[in-house]
Amino acid sequence: MSYEAGNYDVIVIGAGHAGSEASLAAARMGAKTLMITINLDMIAFMPCNPSIGGPAKGIVVREIDALGGEMGRNIDKTYIQMRMLNTGKGPAVRALRAQADKFAYQHEMKKTMEEEPNLTMIQGMVERLIVEDDVCKGVVTMTGAEYRSKTVVITTGTFLRGEVILGELKYSSGPNNQQPSIKLSEHLEEIGLDLVRFKTGTPPRIHSNTIDYSKTEIQPGDETPRAFSYETTKYITEQLPCWLTYTNEKTHEIIDQNLHRSPMFSGMIKGTGPRYCPSIEDKVVRFNDKPRHQIFLEPEGRHTQEVYVQGLSTSLPEEVQHQIIKSIPALEHAKMMRPGYAIEYDAVVPTQLWPTLETKVVKNLYTAGQINGTSGYEEAAGQGLMAGINAGRRALGKEEVILSRSDAYIGVMIDDLVTKGTNEPYRLLTSRAEYRLLLRHDNADLRLTEKGYELGMISDERYARFLQKKEAIEAEVKRLRSLIIKPSEKVQSLIRSLGGSELKDGIRAADFLRRTEISYTHIKQLVPSETALDSDVEEQVEIQIKYEGYIEKSLQQVDRLKKMEDKKIPDNIDYDAISGIATEARQKLKNVRPLSIAQASRISGVNPADISILLVYIEQGRIAKVSND
Amino acid sequence: MEFDTIAAISTPMGEGAIAIVRLSGDDAFNIADRLFKGVGNKRLMDVSSHTIHYGHIVDPKSNEVAEEVMVSVMKGPKTFTKEDVIEINCHGGLVSVNRVLQLVLNEGARLAEPGEFTKRAFLNGRIDLSQAEAVIDLIRAKTDRAMNVALGQMDGRLSRLIRKLRQEILEILAHVEVNIDYPEYDDVEEMTHQMLLEKSRYVHQEIEKLLQTSQQGKILREGLSTVIVGRPNVGKSSLLNSLVQENKAIVTDIPGTTRDVIEEYVNVRGVPLRLLDTAGIRETEDIVERIGVERSRQVLKEADLILLVLNYSEEFSEEDRNLFKAVEGMDVIVIVNKTDLPQQLDLGEVNTLAKDYRIVTTSLKEDEGINELEDAISSLFFTGAIEAGDMTYVSNSRHIALLNQANRAIEEAIDGVEMGTPIDIVQIDLTRSWELLGEIIGDSVHESLIDQLFSQFCLGK
Repeated sequence: MSYEAGNYDVIVIGAGHAGSEASLAAARMGAKTLMITINLDMIAFMPCNPSIGGPAKGIVVREIDALGGEMGRNIDKTYIQMRMLNTGKGPAVRALRAQADKFAYQHEMKKTMEEEPNLTMIQGMVERLIVEDDVCKGVVTMTGAEYRSKTVVITTGTFLRGEVILGELKYSSGPNNQQPSIKLSEHLEEIGLDLVRFKTGTPPRIHSNTIDYSKTEIQPGDETPRAFSYETTKYITEQLPCWLTYTNEKTHEIIDQNLHRSPMFSGMIKGTGPRYCPSIEDKVVRFNDKPRHQIFLEPEGRHTQEVYVQGLSTSLPEEVQHQIIKSIPALEHAKMMRPGYAIEYDAVVPTQLWPTLETKVVKNLYTAGQINGTSGYEEAAGQGLMAGINAGRRALGKEEVILSRSDAYIGVMIDDLVTKGTNEPYRLLTSRAEYRLLLRHDNADLRLTEKGYELGMISDERYARFLQKKEAIEAEVKRLRSLIIKPSEKVQSLIRSLGGSELKDGIRAADFLRRTEISYTHIKQLVPSETALDSDVEEQVEIQIKYEGYIEKSLQQVDRLKKMEDKKIPDNIDYDAISGIATEARQKLKNVRPLSIAQASRISGVNPADISILLVYIEQGRIAKVSND
Repeated sequence: MEFDTIAAISTPMGEGAIAIVRLSGDDAFNIADRLFKGVGNKRLMDVSSHTIHYGHIVDPKSNEVAEEVMVSVMKGPKTFTKEDVIEINCHGGLVSVNRVLQLVLNEGARLAEPGEFTKRAFLNGRIDLSQAEAVIDLIRAKTDRAMNVALGQMDGRLSRLIRKLRQEILEILAHVEVNIDYPEYDDVEEMTHQMLLEKSRYVHQEIEKLLQTSQQGKILREGLSTVIVGRPNVGKSSLLNSLVQENKAIVTDIPGTTRDVIEEYVNVRGVPLRLLDTAGIRETEDIVERIGVERSRQVLKEADLILLVLNYSEEFSEEDRNLFKAVEGMDVIVIVNKTDLPQQLDLGEVNTLAKDYRIVTTSLKEDEGINELEDAISSLFFTGAIEAGDMTYVSNSRHIALLNQANRAIEEAIDGVEMGTPIDIVQIDLTRSWELLGEIIGDSVHESLIDQLFSQFCLGK
């Protein structure tokens, strides 16, 4: 028996990292939003590592924040440790990473969502969608509640037909023994979505009191206070360290002897796992010349003794896991609280999505996060935000939003997914971004705040602050471009002390700053600006001037592609009617249905000649249409 | 790339009064401007549209004047393609117009595919529907040709070499990436500026080598213009006959632009020689006498190879000395002929003047020394480093341009390293170089970097 339970603009299924961003975004833009989750205690739960950020991913968190999403603010309120990575490298690859108090993170996110007036949160298991004439119009839960809505976002993570595998044991389950979602998975196939089976895994957790920390190396957080969000002003000063130790030959021997019991090698696991997140047994087999592998011990929170053993992801039987742990000197007496395990789940083949994350087969239905074949909290949150924004805007009758590859890492990720698909759980890496010098950690606000404000996700107060910052940067860059630094004794002696070659003549401050040995601090000493500048303004000025040549090169690259991005492919195009396109390319084009020529050219298997023919065909159609009128 | 800047020689190939190199695209003005030296430092960017300007095309690397030109500047959309168009009018014949094209390609233009200017005109709405079919046919024909070329290159030594180079770069890239994406993993050594410099220099050197073979490729295509010089009666005509007979010559008589110049092609150990002024030699045995000093100097100037013949049985003369002077700085092989007769020639003198030229002694009458001469010719142009039959030629001007651009990107990477630019930024130029090399063999899939990353390093949580 079912009953009518309510009407909404947007319904979000799931409340993980994608679901929480999606429902908050839709609600904040003014859409009446319903979020349904299997378990309200598990909002924004971290089933694997207790950390957020890192290379590429950390930049995604900054982008989410610049667009008005929640992840950055939430981790800033709940971290136990914060570190800036890659500080010795160039500005494009610096990345912030936080260790999270995973319980505080969940509670904080739940609190924020509960305070959101446009958002209704309920506990329930969605079993099917209401689809009429290929348009999604709502959902039905296990208890028979029928919710109607204009759009629906599915963010089910690894719950779809989830199966936990641990040695010879295999059972139907979501992550961390939560209830899996089986009927919804079957229903998605019924409505015409192709699913693929992926696999991921997590390491064991051990009790902190049973670790001999004297046999490890300490990994403290940074002393400089740092934050993900451009809104954060309060910093958590009391940080907890992580610890580093290693596996050894004995560990590897145990693994070798028990390989036949590993579901990875016995053939029990059929799903494709991520290469960048290999299990310890995988590492030992593939890189058997390595005498040791790193193990990072990461606290799961401030009020728990559980410690996450990073580097020891495994699906070997529980008893073997005990032996592995005990083979490591620092963990000789360690007590395992939860064993590691592998989990297999259904994902939607992401080429079935438009770049807005709406499915092609069912209108007004969006998917985001791990269901789209990605892995990682940040990747999920980034997609959740975009799906929430687009589902909300569709419901409100507004135009949808697509971030390009030169706008954001989020744009790179979504374009990769919907254009190329993925044959393993997809993770963002800096190498995936061809414009990574433009997509930096430090300029996420400059890239995206404007957009966030237009979407109604950024407050007026914050926007005004942003404009001020932008003006301050522009003014200072302008000043340094015109200001001449003369070869005075003060200047020359500074240069000498830095080991540079002395000035022969006056030089523009901007050119001076481009010297390797000179930083903005020196400029400040020699020719201070009238008003004191914020350190993030100074940082921007320094990066924009120092790397101007390289940034310019990247911008030219973007420009060159712009024309191809601007050539739109009409959605009623009939690829079968175009003779001359290679069969493989035709198949791919029909499947992906790219929106622009640029997107078409990124599909593997579509070669330049196919693009040429496509262009001519589109132009032909355009002319034909004009002459018919 | 569909909307980049393209260039081609748009007049028929062959000797005409003028030849035109045409550029179309957003970068056309920029590219032309970098090469053009006009009167009073006039910049093409600043002149009015649809005007023509006198000046020189200058090779930015060597600062050498490549050609005296008239450049037409036409701003889009009132042009054939509706894009910015530059037309460089050259007048120096095939060699110099090719050189201008090469410079334009080195500066970042892409060699246009057949019919591509027309295609652009069409895509930019300049041509009507009736012409669309013709354009499509052109693209299709191009596809077939490209397929054949690509297939040929798949097994080719060139593509193997390029693949090897790309793999070298890819390993550097993967190494840098892994330092970025996995900063805490101790298994991976941190890439240093020193390591990067060594590896980039190696790649640079290899590309340079390939580019050198591109010169050889050109030789294979066009023949090595060769002039035989010497006083009357030293045996020039015997030499010509020996070369022709010995190699069962492919003899084609091609009348050139000047009525009285006849060319003859012979193939010496895989090096095609285009022997110039053979008519002159045959008729009078004295090129200087016959066509005059001015003209012979011109012929010498255009030659790639000089065969300077001396008479073993006569004393070294003032005339011989002048010949050595006239060919200074060129590729020369000195042939001391008539060793069957008693020696009168002062070989010490010859050795001094010949400096590092190869000297071959022959008796053409007795058929002696011809083998040595052929050795000398082939080793001069293949520098002995490359075995005949196993040579890698880069002969396609698209490939040469891509190699040049890849080389430039590597040079920029090296500059970056030397200036202490962070490695992850220098890497942008390396990546560019990798992609450009990929375009040569039609393989620019980015995913392979990620594959490399995970096969080379043990990563992950």
